[in-house]
Amino acid sequence: MNRILAKEQLSQQVFRIRIEAPLIAEERKPGQFVILQLDTSYGERIPLTIADADTDEGSITLIFQAVGRTTGLLKDYSVGNEIENLLGPLGKPTHIENFGHVVAVGGGIGAAPLYPIVQAMKRAGNRLTVVIGARSRELIILEAEMQALADELIVCTDDGSYGRKALVTDPLKELCRAEPRPDLALAIGPPIMMKFCADTTRPFDVPTVVSLNTIMVDGTGMCGGCRVTVADQTRFVCVDGPEFDGHQVDFDNMLKRLGAYREQEETARRDCRIAEVQR
Amino acid sequence: MSHQTPQQLQQQALDILASIEGRELSRKERMQLPQQPMPAQDPLERRSTMSEVTFGYSEEQAQIEAMRCLQCKNAPCIDGCPVRIDIPAFIKAIEDREYGASIDIIREASLLPAICGRVCPQENQCQANCTVGKALKDPFESVSIGRLERYVADRDREHSGGGVPEVKPQTGKRVAVVGSGPASITVAADLRREGHAVTILEAFHRPGGVMIYGIPEFRLPKAIVDQEIETLKKMGVQIKTNFLVGRTRKLQDLLEKDGYDAVFIGTGAGLPKFLGIEGENLVGVFSANEYLTRSNMMKAYDRSHADTPIYQPKKAAVFGGGNVAMDAARTAVRLGAAEVNVIYRRTRTEMPARAEEVDHAEEEGVIFHFLRSPKRILGDEQDRVIGIECLSYELGAPDESGRRRPIAIPGSESIIELDTVLVSIGNDSNPLITQTTPQLQANKWGNIITDENGRTSMDRVFAGGDIVLGAATVILAMGEGRKAAAAIHEMLSSSGSA
Repeated sequence: MNRILAKEQLSQQVFRIRIEAPLIAEERKPGQFVILQLDTSYGERIPLTIADADTDEGSITLIFQAVGRTTGLLKDYSVGNEIENLLGPLGKPTHIENFGHVVAVGGGIGAAPLYPIVQAMKRAGNRLTVVIGARSRELIILEAEMQALADELIVCTDDGSYGRKALVTDPLKELCRAEPRPDLALAIGPPIMMKFCADTTRPFDVPTVVSLNTIMVDGTGMCGGCRVTVADQTRFVCVDGPEFDGHQVDFDNMLKRLGAYREQEETARRDCRIAEVQR
Repeated sequence: MSHQTPQQLQQQALDILASIEGRELSRKERMQLPQQPMPAQDPLERRSTMSEVTFGYSEEQAQIEAMRCLQCKNAPCIDGCPVRIDIPAFIKAIEDREYGASIDIIREASLLPAICGRVCPQENQCQANCTVGKALKDPFESVSIGRLERYVADRDREHSGGGVPEVKPQTGKRVAVVGSGPASITVAADLRREGHAVTILEAFHRPGGVMIYGIPEFRLPKAIVDQEIETLKKMGVQIKTNFLVGRTRKLQDLLEKDGYDAVFIGTGAGLPKFLGIEGENLVGVFSANEYLTRSNMMKAYDRSHADTPIYQPKKAAVFGGGNVAMDAARTAVRLGAAEVNVIYRRTRTEMPARAEEVDHAEEEGVIFHFLRSPKRILGDEQDRVIGIECLSYELGAPDESGRRRPIAIPGSESIIELDTVLVSIGNDSNPLITQTTPQLQANKWGNIITDENGRTSMDRVFAGGDIVLGAATVILAMGEGRKAAAAIHEMLSSSGSA
């Protein structure tokens, strides 16, 4: 169960794995995610968005950045290893239709969940402008894949080491200024990027969908840990989302809630380092 | 009342038994026997351990408690039991030291006696009707039926490993059971016994439902739940974890594509409710579900091993007065909170929690604020909780639930400074299955509508437990499961051989 079929390192901290998961592959739709746990007894459950699926092979693809405890362990898994627990597909699928002109913005690792949505939007007949951005060249992922789908691809880096030296909001603003305006914007990436993307499109009235990745435990609507404020209502990302109207999301509260365990995570990291030094 | 050690209680029991010297007791003498207290850990010690608070009766205590039963012919206790256990008969068997017979009598009606003996609200069920309690004019002086049930169940588990029920020959019929809490365990066991092939589909990585993620170790040891699951496996029930019906597979696909002949939905209570007051999404506000899941299922209390973090409160408030609220409050105590406040808008009498849990919480230092309700949660500029503002209430006329309605006293606002809020005011039903199964009828609260035998609006689909009842108890879920299992069996038997 959940055997790793392929593994590839996309950049220093970013990995792509293909996992045998026929049921999830069959049912999953763009925008959905899985919950993964490496150790049944003591492991944590983390949500990861499905980057691709192959129903013939019965596999799904995940792309992750090794930043936390579980992703840090997962990066050392090899082909043939099994993931103890994999639950999915979770969340509501992306609403796909022919909107006309869709601008899809992916920041850093956010390009991974964006990819299947871009695929589906293309298939639905949309004209696609894809913007991918990252801090620097080596953090840009899925450029060739996006190039193959997009009518126009804009790559930018914060430090100018590749593509345009710009934040993703710069080309987004230019696209919003153009006439006719885009019919839909999609923004997936770090929370702060999604917040600024929503702020960018708001004055132009370009509907903007964001995909939220809040703290989750069960991912099935039981714990309420993932809740966010959307249009002054409490919503659960795992069952009501993960996609919401970016103009209605209270990003400031969400950013603070994401930091709820920061102190503990830092203590754990420090303890890990101390343990390593002692070894 | 000061804490009595198990040794002291045992000595008292031995003294009583010596004074009886094995002679037959009169009705009056039986009524004069003192109710046997439950041996428990010292309150101060248990503030820092997750291990079970109560130890269970010794054989001698069980003997004396069984002698307190008057063996009433009309057995009012049975009417109080949702699954109608033959209570006088199992208690008589204890008095006769026929422990095997005793557990068999319970098992005819109940599948999970070690669990129900621990978590049933007996004071509102069997023990509320007990003649002894009535005669002594104190329901808390009733025969301790729950403790006796637990005694024989634990004894059976320790002595004979619980045993595996007999399974009839395969019928060729296949049933999918969705969820693995008390309702589902009951359905799975009953249908497997009849020879049907049963597969449990559980969303989490560990089966057991609320008994694993919700009820803490100190009240219900996980090992007991795990053993019930093991028994199911030994009977040949298949358990698939990480399988979320509605997402991993649609409900109708189980019937149409996967060839199941019937489906039972026992997915339990879902989405935690919030009050809808200001500040509920501040950092430091958690649903009791989340807090308990982190501690129980994810083992976050075991900080040296678990990867899942849990918020460490210094001063906490718990909103609500049910069992889940008590579990959350007592978990916060064990995780090191210096002060835990339970905020409840009625009085102690109206609290839905089991009386024993309220007593235990109080012994462990939990502070109760009755007739108070939170008005808003206060945060700092980092959106972290710094306190709550409460309103005081008084009780007015009874409402539709029969409980006196709390009425806010204008201008009675007061502030309690604290850093953590655990919201425990109940659950809405999980929308997943109803959202993804349009044919399935649900009421306005999202609970699946069934007839008295658990039949839903969809052919061959049954439901029971909290997904039908709203938040209820283990025993009610089990009772519902029993009825649904009987109806499913009847349907499968009458639909011809496969």
